[in-house]
Amino acid sequence: MDDTRTLRFFNRGPSPVARLVFFCLLSLLLLFVDARYQYLESARKVLAVVIYPFQRLTALPGETMGRIAVYFETQSQLLTENARLRQQHDADAAQLAQMSVVLAENTQLRTLQELKQRADYPMQMAEIAYVERDIFKRKLFVDKGSQANVLPGQVVMDDMGVVGQVTRVYPWLSEVTLVTDKDHAVPIQVLRNGLRAVVFGSGDISEMSLRYMPVSADVVEGDVLVTSGIDGTYPPNLPVAKVTKIERDPAYPFARITCTPLAGVDRHRALLIVSGLPTLPEHPATSETSAESERVNKRLKRRKQ
Amino acid sequence: MNPNLRKDQEFLLPASTSFIVFSLFVAVMLNWLPWSGWALALRPDFVALVLLYWCTHKPHRIGIGTAWVVGIFADVADASLFGQHALAYTVLAFGGIVLHRRVQMFDLRQQSLHVFPMLLLSYAAYAAVHWQVRGYVAWEYFLGSAVSALLWTPMTILLQALRRPRRDPNEL
Repeated sequence: MDDTRTLRFFNRGPSPVARLVFFCLLSLLLLFVDARYQYLESARKVLAVVIYPFQRLTALPGETMGRIAVYFETQSQLLTENARLRQQHDADAAQLAQMSVVLAENTQLRTLQELKQRADYPMQMAEIAYVERDIFKRKLFVDKGSQANVLPGQVVMDDMGVVGQVTRVYPWLSEVTLVTDKDHAVPIQVLRNGLRAVVFGSGDISEMSLRYMPVSADVVEGDVLVTSGIDGTYPPNLPVAKVTKIERDPAYPFARITCTPLAGVDRHRALLIVSGLPTLPEHPATSETSAESERVNKRLKRRKQ
Repeated sequence: MNPNLRKDQEFLLPASTSFIVFSLFVAVMLNWLPWSGWALALRPDFVALVLLYWCTHKPHRIGIGTAWVVGIFADVADASLFGQHALAYTVLAFGGIVLHRRVQMFDLRQQSLHVFPMLLLSYAAYAAVHWQVRGYVAWEYFLGSAVSALLWTPMTILLQALRRPRRDPNEL
């Protein structure tokens, strides 16, 4: 029994302290490299492929439970659900008919005004493979990856609104950061009056906040916030959140506006990945070139003086 | 004689490498179950527990290096930064190895009191990295270390039971 032997540090390679220091430094180095640069993404992908089957295995019990629950659903439940869906469908169909008329009108008006046409975005269905197990983060994994042409930066939504954004892509999985992730920003517009703002995640699953809005900003409770599409990442006019609470305290420069996400961020299994990103005209200048142009401007000013 | 000591010196099967790997594998699987909501906040870190068990009971077999490698896999699975879990498990394994003789002197309930600070330290290492990178700490995260410490007793009993030889092989 090797338990009873004395722990002879120096006969067994480096001492625990040396090992601790070595592995801590290695971890810190990796942390630094991973936080600052993108070098480790390929290594991460390789390891992700190795552990993928096991991760799917752990998702099995939940999936099986879901299937069993579906199996035991009663006929009356199905009938009520069917009736509800039919009703919803009728309502939607009526709205859709009106919508097509409005859409045609809009296209015509845009042609007349020589504005760019709004594009339809191709979407693909993906299922949630599993939810992030880290309490610090609001992330989930869906079962489509680079094999299905998912790209980082694409928007993920459900039937009610934006759920999040693809942040990392593995061959058969993609990592989605939810809009409620702490400090995740989505550029939005207030649907009622077109007011532009940015809504931030709070890290809480059912809360977002509208920051940097002046106390006098025209936002009322119940306002729906839709993506503005100005950032070139989110397609425009996807519903994001609804304003639930506004605190206007003149002592503070900004109003405190709380919203709840419209999408069932933690409710659904099936999600849509919006694959086409809006094509925007190129940026007038990147940061480097703008610095250059500033220098040119300064020179010009000096010459004028 | 102290009954605890007798228990400690009971004859156990030598821990085969496959058994160690299997126990770590089961712990990893438990960690990867889809936990959410309060269950996620209270989720014990099974991998940390099993690592700590082997570090305290077989410090020559499972050490800081193994803990680090397991941590790297945990980082990939949890999409945390490379080295975040690895750092936490390294600290934990070091604590386990340095204190392994001391921990084994006590009975199981007293052992969990020893295990708790080690787990807390490892959780703190993880949270500290997160705080450095993202700038905030979710305090409910630390509940997991307390739950893990509570699970130390049942887990040790289970692993010891699996390592105990069968009394009479002819019984089967």
